[in-house]
Amino acid sequence: MEALINMVLLTLMAVITVGIIRMKSLFGVVILGGIYSFLMASVMIVLDAVDVAMTEASVGAGVSTVLMLAALYLTKHEETPSLHSPAVALLLAAVVGAALIYGTIDLPPFGSADTPVNTHVAPRYLEKSIPETSVPNVVTSVLGSYRGFDTFGEVTVIFTAGLGVLLLLRGRRKRIHSDVETAAIAADARDAA
Amino acid sequence: MSPAIETLITSYNYWITIFLMVAGLYTVIAKDNMIKKLVGLSLFQTSVYLLYLSPGKILGGTAPIIDPALKVYSNPLPHVLILTAIVVGVATIALGLALVVRINEEYGTIEEDEIFETGTGK
Amino acid sequence: MKLDLILRVTTKIILPFMLLFALYVQFHGDYGPGGGFQAGVIAAGMIILYALVFGLRAAQRVVPMSLVQRLIPLGVLIYAGVGIVAMMKGGEFLNYSVLAQNSVKGQHEGILLIELGVLVTVASTMVGIFYAFVERGR
Repeated sequence: MEALINMVLLTLMAVITVGIIRMKSLFGVVILGGIYSFLMASVMIVLDAVDVAMTEASVGAGVSTVLMLAALYLTKHEETPSLHSPAVALLLAAVVGAALIYGTIDLPPFGSADTPVNTHVAPRYLEKSIPETSVPNVVTSVLGSYRGFDTFGEVTVIFTAGLGVLLLLRGRRKRIHSDVETAAIAADARDAA
Repeated sequence: MSPAIETLITSYNYWITIFLMVAGLYTVIAKDNMIKKLVGLSLFQTSVYLLYLSPGKILGGTAPIIDPALKVYSNPLPHVLILTAIVVGVATIALGLALVVRINEEYGTIEEDEIFETGTGK
Repeated sequence: MKLDLILRVTTKIILPFMLLFALYVQFHGDYGPGGGFQAGVIAAGMIILYALVFGLRAAQRVVPMSLVQRLIPLGVLIYAGVGIVAMMKGGEFLNYSVLAQNSVKGQHEGILLIELGVLVTVASTMVGIFYAFVERGR
């Protein structure tokens, strides 16, 4: 049953992905992205990752949709149709996809307990979390204590990214070039070439 | 159960993961619109979440919150890695969007081919 | 800007519960799903919702940009500070076992403190990024 629900949700995600690629209206793309994030959160719940599902639902469907809409408000709403053909990109994607599918042949089957991933360090965390930290939620104890350095790094990355956005957007505002200026710049570029 | 259906169930997660990954890659390469490129980048990123979480799932297990009534738990380690990756992901996507906004102010467009035609902005 | 009355009233009703839920997720993260990252995003979502419905000016009266700019590094400093205190008490950097009388209690306290640091940085970064985008549009 778990596997079946999982497969249905994953199929829906693949369908939404095709929609995201084909849609020209960027507004529609952002809204589809929100649906995609909610589906992803549902898949995560089926995969027993409740903490991650909570994060994905609030971050992916909430904050990142709002930020995307804010960026659309500041830029353009429509994607102009591309002039060159996507053949090269399709070919490259197909080759990479085929190579990765070939790689899955050796991967352990979905849902089995006796794979190296699940027998190495995870049982130790599950056994020792309560005796060592008295925290029943193993994700929290691994995040905060066993892998505290890792989380410290992540917090620093968030701090740095926030700093970068504030530096980029809170500076002096320059006005968009008028058509005359744009033409002059294009002429300069032609001369230089 | 026939072997074909069994293969489908045991590898379906990986196939969809790869489909999402390739779709993200295609979007980043083929689309000229920079916001579409960032969406493609986040598609690629979310496929990695699936790649990490799928092997950690144990069928019949539950979420890794210890309770005396339960015996089998899924692997908590991928959850920790992906939990932080999601929040870092949105912060970096925001940085990318900020760059796109600045590019739009400078060039008046967010289409890559149009920017290359314009040449250097002032 | 005049918005739907229902939207305004509903937002006013829902805001305190959002904050309560964020705090629940933060402090119940040891026993159920949740923690600093999720609580931070939910708390930021509350401010963002307020700004979307009542305008940026109203939101910045509650949480001014200067406060946000101070809170972003404060969270990282809380996190690093816990590590430094652990070092001064004779342990290694971020070894919480030395923070309290026994190591189990120390670990629990350490996790709570660093989750607080995560909450502060994540929430203020999300609000700061949102403010930056909206201010650019005016």
